[in-house]
Parts: sequence; C-alpha cells; structure tokens
Amino acid sequence: MSPLLYVAQRGTAVILAVAVAVHLGTILYAVRGGLTAGEILGRTQGNLAFLVFYGVFVVAAAIHAPIGLRSILREWTSWRGRSLDGAMLGVAALLLVLGLRAALAVYVA
Amino acid sequence: MNAPIPAAALTDPTVEPAPDAMLTVRIRRGDGFQAFTVARRSAQTILDVVTEIQREQDPTLAYRFACRVGMCGSCAMMVNGRPRWTCRTRVAAVAEEDGLTLEPLRNLPVVKDLAVDMEPFFEKWTAAHGAFEPGDAPPEDFAVVAPDSPERRAVDAGIECINCGVCYAACDVVAWNPDYLGPAALNRAWTLVNDVRDQGQAARLKAVSGDAGCQSCHTHMSCTEHCPKALAPTFAIAGLKRATARSALKRFGSRHFRRSA
Ligand code: HEM
Ligand code: SF4
Ligand code: SF4
Ligand code: FES
Repeated sequence: MSPLLYVAQRGTAVILAVAVAVHLGTILYAVRGGLTAGEILGRTQGNLAFLVFYGVFVVAAAIHAPIGLRSILREWTSWRGRSLDGAMLGVAALLLVLGLRAALAVYVA
Repeated sequence: MNAPIPAAALTDPTVEPAPDAMLTVRIRRGDGFQAFTVARRSAQTILDVVTEIQREQDPTLAYRFACRVGMCGSCAMMVNGRPRWTCRTRVAAVAEEDGLTLEPLRNLPVVKDLAVDMEPFFEKWTAAHGAFEPGDAPPEDFAVVAPDSPERRAVDAGIECINCGVCYAACDVVAWNPDYLGPAALNRAWTLVNDVRDQGQAARLKAVSGDAGCQSCHTHMSCTEHCPKALAPTFAIAGLKRATARSALKRFGSRHFRRSA
C-alpha cells in the first residue's frame, strides 16, 4: 500500500477507535432502563450532532475497511492490479452509501 | 500458505548428555526426509551435527557454513520448524525428545538439501537501496556525527545484521507476498535513512514504499523474535513507515495546498 493509503488507514483507525467507544458507551448508557425503538428515534430525529457523529463514523469506516481488505486479499488470493483497486473503491462506495443512508434515515425518521 | 511457526521447546542447554546418548536427526532432502543417528556430545551445536553427518555418514549432504562463530550469516536453517543460526545453536537447547528436524531456510528456493538460494534475499537488499549513496559530489571533509544523536543511535540499533536470512524465513508476510522486501532489507534501509551523509534518501524512501515495502508489514514481530543478533527489524520498519508517511504528506501538501511560485 502507498504511504498515503497507510496514513489514511491509520488516521481513520484513530477516528474509529474514538467513534466505536462513544457508540458503545452511548448504547450502554441509553438502554440502562430499557428503551424502545420509538424512544430512540425520538432522540435522534432532527439531532444534528447525531447526524454529524455518525456521518464521520461512516466516512472513516468507508476509508479504513477497504484499505485493510485490499491488503488481506493481496495476501490470501492472487488478485492484484487495477481490478482489485476498482473493486475496493466499490466496497468503499457501498459502505458509504449504506452507512450514510442509515444515519440519514434515523435522523429524518 | 505456510503453517505458522510452532513455539520453541525449552530445554536447559547446560545439562550434559549421558555418555551413550544418541540423537535422531531427520534431514529434509528434496521431497522427503532422511534419518541419521549421531552421538550426543557436550556443547554440541546443530552445525556440529550436520558436519558430523556429512563427514562420517553421507558426503553427498549439502549445507552451507563458513565462520562457525556467528559472523558470516551463512549457516541458517530451520531447526524443528524455527529458523536459527546453526553454528551458535546448541543441540541441548533445541532438541525435542532427543530428536532434531532440519530443513532448508523457509521462504527461499532450495538448491539442494539444506542449502538455499540466497539470491532473492540479496536482490531485495539492493531493491531497498541497501547500499550507501554518496551522491554525485561527495563532501570534501568528514561528516561529524555525534555518537549519541538519535540518528546515530538508530543506526547502531540495526547495523550488526549478518545477512543470515533468519528474519526473512520467519516472516509470514514474505510467505504470503513474495514481492515483500522483507525485514532484513528494510532494516538495512532504515540504518541508511538515518545516515546523515547519505545523498539518496528520496529514492530510498520511494523504494521501500508500496505493496512490496514497509507498509505491508503487519508488525507480527516474528523477525524480531528470531533474529540471532537480537536486532529489531519490526521497529526499523515502523521507523520507515513514519519517515515515508512524513515525506508523502509533505509532497501531497506541496502539490495541493501550496501555490508554486
Ligand atoms: C476501534 C476501531 C479500529 C481500530 C483502532 C482499527 C485499527 C486498525 C489497524 C491499526 C489496522 C492495520 C493492521 C495492520 O496492517 O497490521 C487495521 C486493519 C484493518 N481494519 Fe481496522 N480498526 C478499527 C476498526 C475497524 C472497522 C470498524 C473495520 C471494518 C469496517 C475495520 C477493518 C479493517 C480491516 C479489514 C483491516 C485489514 C487487516 C490487516 O491489515 O491486518 N477496522 N485496523
Ligand atoms: S514485523 Fe513485519 S517484517 Fe517482521 S516478521 Fe512481522 S510482518 Fe515480517
Ligand atoms: S536482521 Fe537479524 S535475522 Fe535478519 S538477516 Fe540480519 S542478523 Fe539475520
Ligand atoms: S557459520 Fe557463520 S554465522 Fe554460522
């Protein structure tokens, strides 16, 4: 992997470490007394901080995961070259679309 | 994919063998193994065993050594599945139930029996710009390098490499990705990156980057665990990752954020 991909993967790893901790912490805190889907949506709806947080989370994951997946595929299969890089861009796009769509849906719902 | 390297057996190397103790030695020869039996001796090394077999039992056995004292780096083999320098490895420290299994070094093409072709190893040394680059106009005077400067210390940490290939055989990334330059070549490059006299740094940083370069290292630490000179290629490679990242960010920054005059 190129040095810039390396920087991107390690940089997003730092964001992910914080985001995963906040994400899990919030879940544990929020469900202490039991929680319904309606109550969750009541809090996330129109909450811009929620949208920005998960937007950043999704973008970081969409950058981080395909870079790592590319390394694994190069080591465990004979897949190389532009088709692999193109497929990884596809994985990034898929994660981005699915993730942002989910975050937006909960924000708008 | 090669199997992971098994854990080392722990035997006390100071224990003297019984007078009539024998050692069963399985040696890989081509596709199969051949078994030999040799007497246990006090302070016996793996290289002693191989030499005894070759001189007393089978002169066709091929292996390689030169210095016998841990300097030349030519005697490395797989001993019970682990890469080791055989001239400085005592039988008593590594024999498992009075047995030894000897194989040629992993990750390199076999020439015959226990002798491997080291050419890919040295080609990668060259590909990683592992030679000092004085530049077109070397300075007239000696460079002054303070012995306790961080750069000189980083050089010292990695300079004692004897090119034995043990780390290269220990590295799973080399096994998975045959292009990977490997711990020894990258360790060497790191000593030169820290050589303030060297004039070829930009090209070297480029040469150690990419899918064959330092970014492919997963920090498994096998190289550092096995290096008989107790060097730490893993940390040298981490240094290269930082240096290449810094230089790539600088180039990226000047390309995209600074207006060229
Ligand atoms: C706590 C958050 C995370 C941290 C700190 C983190 C850190 C890292 C680091 C340092 C690597 C490089 C390993 C290496 O090259 O040896 C890596 C690789 C990888 N990461 Fe993450 N990561 C995190 C979350 C994630 C998530 C959420 C995904 C999936 C969506 C993911 C997928 C991958 C993949 C596929 C690799 C490649 C494995 C490899 O190169 O060994 N990571 N991660
Ligand atoms: S630390 Fe890097 S170079 Fe050393 S064995 Fe692990 S992957 Fe190979
Ligand atoms: S770094 Fe250590 S194990 Fe690797 S070639 Fe040099 S001396 Fe041998
Ligand atoms: S024979 Fe020279 S290092 Fe072992």
